[in-house]
Amino acid sequence: MALTKEQIAEKTEELKKFIAENKNMPGPLMPIMQFAQEKFGYLSLETQILIADSLGIPVTEVYGVATFYAQFSLNPKGDNVISVCQGTACYVKGGAKVLAKVEEQLGITSNQTTPDGKFTIQDTRCLGCCGLAPVMTINEDVYGKLTPEMIPDILAKY
Amino acid sequence: MENMINLTIDGISVSVPEGSTVLEAARAAHINIPTLCYLKDVQQIGACRLCLVEIEKARGLSAACVMPVSEGMVVRTNTPKLRRQRRVNLELLLASHNRECTSCVRSENCELQALCREYGVKEYPYDGAKKETSVDTASPCVIRDNSKCINCRRCIAMCNNVQQIGAIGVSKRGFKTKIGPIYDRSLADTPCVNCGQCIVACPVGALHERESIDDVWAAISDSEKYVVVQPAPAVRASIGEEFGLPMGVAQTGRLAAALRRLGFDKVFDTNFGADLTIIEEGTELIERLGSKDAALPMITSCSPGWISYCEKFFPEFIPNLSSCKSPHEMEGAMVKSYFAEKMGIDPESIVVVSVMPCTAKKYEAARPELGRDGMQDVDYVLTVRELAKMIKQAGIDFAKLPEEKFDDLLGESTGAADIFGATGGVMEAALRTVYEKVTGKTLEKVDFTAVRGTEGIKEATVDLDGKEVRVAVASGTANAKKLLESVKNGEKTYHFIEIMCCPGGCVTGGGQPIVSSKDLQYIDLKAVRAKALYDEDKNKKLRKSHENPEVIAIYKDFLGEPGGHKAHELLHTTYTAKPKY
Repeated sequence: MALTKEQIAEKTEELKKFIAENKNMPGPLMPIMQFAQEKFGYLSLETQILIADSLGIPVTEVYGVATFYAQFSLNPKGDNVISVCQGTACYVKGGAKVLAKVEEQLGITSNQTTPDGKFTIQDTRCLGCCGLAPVMTINEDVYGKLTPEMIPDILAKY
Repeated sequence: MENMINLTIDGISVSVPEGSTVLEAARAAHINIPTLCYLKDVQQIGACRLCLVEIEKARGLSAACVMPVSEGMVVRTNTPKLRRQRRVNLELLLASHNRECTSCVRSENCELQALCREYGVKEYPYDGAKKETSVDTASPCVIRDNSKCINCRRCIAMCNNVQQIGAIGVSKRGFKTKIGPIYDRSLADTPCVNCGQCIVACPVGALHERESIDDVWAAISDSEKYVVVQPAPAVRASIGEEFGLPMGVAQTGRLAAALRRLGFDKVFDTNFGADLTIIEEGTELIERLGSKDAALPMITSCSPGWISYCEKFFPEFIPNLSSCKSPHEMEGAMVKSYFAEKMGIDPESIVVVSVMPCTAKKYEAARPELGRDGMQDVDYVLTVRELAKMIKQAGIDFAKLPEEKFDDLLGESTGAADIFGATGGVMEAALRTVYEKVTGKTLEKVDFTAVRGTEGIKEATVDLDGKEVRVAVASGTANAKKLLESVKNGEKTYHFIEIMCCPGGCVTGGGQPIVSSKDLQYIDLKAVRAKALYDEDKNKKLRKSHENPEVIAIYKDFLGEPGGHKAHELLHTTYTAKPKY
């Protein structure tokens, strides 16, 4: 969900407080970035600049860490987060074709969000239910034994 | 006495201080271990795996640049296994490297190319996927070509650690690892101050200056144009290196001769502009010292990288910046006014070309503040490297040239101008003049040695006939930051500060000849090139800017009083705070 101005201001204050409390611990960057990721759902340039300036390090360093680890996202997530498993079992059962169909239907590629902010496709390896391969989740809902033909109807529910 | 460690390298016994690396110890045994990511005093991270060595009883191969020596260590640097491993590592680097060497700006001056030659790379066994090949050309000064980048990170160490600018970094991981600004931006859209230190740190052709060679040739060939050239003080200290002449020897006479042979209509000298700067800046300092509400400390404004840094990182110090234009801008302004008037030439037809040790000067020359009546004071800026290319293109045998002089009117200079190119030089030049102006006495001992040397921050107190003037000098933006923060928090107070953007000053500017990381292990480049300038100064009869006869003449015939109305109109400028992103 897109954050309102008030929500952003409130979360920024929380982040500032967290930074003040933790900036002197050894290796403060990761915990601070994780806190920000959790609060905002992603790391905006503004958030990265705030973290960099507070720690006295260049923004390039924060950005470097943010792009190194898959746990951080640079873009806001859509209302519905889709994970199409590309783990080994799903892959051999046609997971790639399922992902291609989702991408085609939404007009975006993996790790992107639709312009209306409704859907995000998230890079996904194993979801831990290989018996259902190929599998995908939308938010908390699990869809198994998929074929590309099933995708339009599933997406229409959201 | 340092604790010494004894070890054997390729059978040679060496004794080096505790804490040395195997790479450093090998130098003591006169053995060069190959490196790519290593840059002395800038970066040692053991990433490129070229400096691999065998150490007895150690597991696997070790990176010599980060491996500390230990007592009784037995090191081998030249075995069949190492030679093969190094070649394989080079072949792996070449797999995704844009290998168009013939059109590469660093061909014949490329550390990767040199190592491939040394290790006998004859084919590309791992030819695989290539990295994306976008070239960032939006910066007015620095071009980035990631297709040549080998991810050694020397540019980042320079930008983030040495200069503490942080315009470029590493993003992503594995094969997708990318060196550059955040969000794939252009350098033009970052805190970059155009210092070009990334260029001189780069072992390959991934970074180079925006060239103006073709524009300058076109101007020279245009019969309608009157083309005037001026080289900066630091150019004479390094240009010889491009033609195999010894380092640390100024080539002033040959430089003037070469510029004349390239076809410039007038060969003036930025040194004249430097002397003029001292008169204006000295006058401004004396005025500020005598005024109750003027901003102190006054800070020098010759270095365009420093000006950008101040505008982006320390805008609160903008009132402290001297309003003086930099020497080549003053020279350009005088060419298009005083000289044009005197010679009866239409200033619109004049093209001013500056040869600079600097990449940021390219940005500076285009600043809208630095010109008038729709004309820029300076039209084109060439780096020393670009000038060397032009001299080579023209077939001029630089080393055999006779020594010539610069042209009259704006070509004479004193020793005070020569030392502008080294950290502390502008300060020393200013003190020579300010001392005599304030005290009315003759300065017998012109050498202010306290502000000389290559340290990042220097301080001194100067006695101006009972009035103590506290001065400081910083080179490199990280040192500037440290100094300005100490002024900001009240820990230090000064009257006058000199700041140069590049560590060591202009002699080691971003537009200077590139010295390989191998050679940099053996020489103190800052000190060697600065020596060339201090020798020039020492050998000149006139060593104080206000004694320059052409400077005296220009005030008498044209400018009027130093710091007067006309001088202000032509020789001074303004600054504006700018965002980092």
